[in-house]
Amino acid sequence: MEDLKRTPLFEEHVRLGAKMVPFGGWEMPIQYTSIIEEHLNVRNNVGIFDVSHMGEIELHGKDALAFADYLVTNSVKKMKDGKVKYTPMCYPDGGEVDDLFVYKLKDDFVLLVVNASNYEKDLDWVIKNKGEFDVEILGKSFEYGEVAIQGPKAEEFLKNYFEGEIPLPELGYFRSEYGTLFGKNILISRTGYTGEDGFEIYSKSEDIVEIWRAALEKGKDYNIMPAGLGARDTLRFEVAYWLYGDDIDETTNPFEAGQGFAVKLKKEKFIGKDALLKVKEEGLKRKLVGLYVSKGGIPRHGMGIFKDLEKIGYITSGNYCPSLKKIYAMGYVDIRFTDEGTKVKVKIRNRDVDAEIVKLPFLEPRAGKKK
Amino acid sequence: MGYKIPEELKYTKNDEWLKVDGEIGTVGITDYAQDKLGDIVYLEEIEKGKKIKAGETLTTIESVKAASDIYSPVSGEIVEVNEDTIKDPSIINKDPYGKGWIVKIKIENPAEIDKLMTPKEYSEYRKE
Repeated sequence: MEDLKRTPLFEEHVRLGAKMVPFGGWEMPIQYTSIIEEHLNVRNNVGIFDVSHMGEIELHGKDALAFADYLVTNSVKKMKDGKVKYTPMCYPDGGEVDDLFVYKLKDDFVLLVVNASNYEKDLDWVIKNKGEFDVEILGKSFEYGEVAIQGPKAEEFLKNYFEGEIPLPELGYFRSEYGTLFGKNILISRTGYTGEDGFEIYSKSEDIVEIWRAALEKGKDYNIMPAGLGARDTLRFEVAYWLYGDDIDETTNPFEAGQGFAVKLKKEKFIGKDALLKVKEEGLKRKLVGLYVSKGGIPRHGMGIFKDLEKIGYITSGNYCPSLKKIYAMGYVDIRFTDEGTKVKVKIRNRDVDAEIVKLPFLEPRAGKKK
Repeated sequence: MGYKIPEELKYTKNDEWLKVDGEIGTVGITDYAQDKLGDIVYLEEIEKGKKIKAGETLTTIESVKAASDIYSPVSGEIVEVNEDTIKDPSIINKDPYGKGWIVKIKIENPAEIDKLMTPKEYSEYRKE
């Protein structure tokens, strides 16, 4: 058995009675009470997640931003200080190395926040592609602690305890700033992986336990509850945010995944540009779609999708959606069968289950919407 | 953490329970099983009147986390299906030995009952 890494909050999870499971090389809480209860509490109130397993890669130096712009498909060159962008990072063939957040903190300081399971791979990839860029690359995952505080009451709660240059209610979507929370120095951004309004908070690894404890104590008036990876997955799934390793990977390209908004082919140069230009010219062969299943079970990653007897695709993610009380799935489907309303079959445990192509997302995210 | 293991039931290695009442056996899954599965969200429909052998797949249960088969502890005819649990399988999480029962089987061979685990044996088997 591989050695699992533990976040600084491990003891807190155990004390709270969490079920711990291996995830991306880490021993993480999948749930504290119930995935559905934690999910609904994030949609209705506010939840706190330990996301210290996420990988942080710092880029320092005069070319930090230009280098980031070369690595990823989105345009990050002209970002203002504090701006955050979501982006795929591709191989030369257009397949995805990872999807990540790029934080422009200063002209010479960029923070990349990558998936935990991809951290070492990404760090190697970033170092390998440094070339002539004047940049210093620092893998800092173990020096950062991170929690996500998400839900409609997140702002109402945190604005009382955060001190920074701009008050929290004025911090825009996909913006970050430095400040203090419960007396600890943090970087905070209005970002998340739940579809709700909320924040992601980075601190020194050793400060995260106090932030976690203070948030659970002081958040009681807002019905805060800890939420595990199980709820994190159902929350992101309802709003159709991609999960690397399930919905996207090195065999999928951003266009077929529906991430075209984060691919800027007008950029002069970036890794994967030629391959993605070709994809754009030739048109999509398949596309990530939503599927609704009224009965017959839950489609899970890897199950085949069929039209008549022809295999036309595969499921990438599927689950019961606690807010919608329905079972949905996502999968790549041959472009000929991607119209909404198309009837297909999913093979679940050797049985053909009826499914219908539906639009994504299943639930409209509230994050980023005017209140 | 202590799981409930009622004294009057018999148990299988796959974490089903059987309650014997004359020739009728009621089947469900144990407290241990429901806790390991987590939030149960789907229970596959079961055909009433169907004959089943001990150890055969009775149905499939799914939680948010995973799918798992439920096997019949005894052979016989399925004489009743708990439609309430099919409709709302989360009942199994709340009351695995009561309202969360799954089927009633007319037991064909009572000798099979003796092959099942006693509460003491099951408790030993699932000791953590």
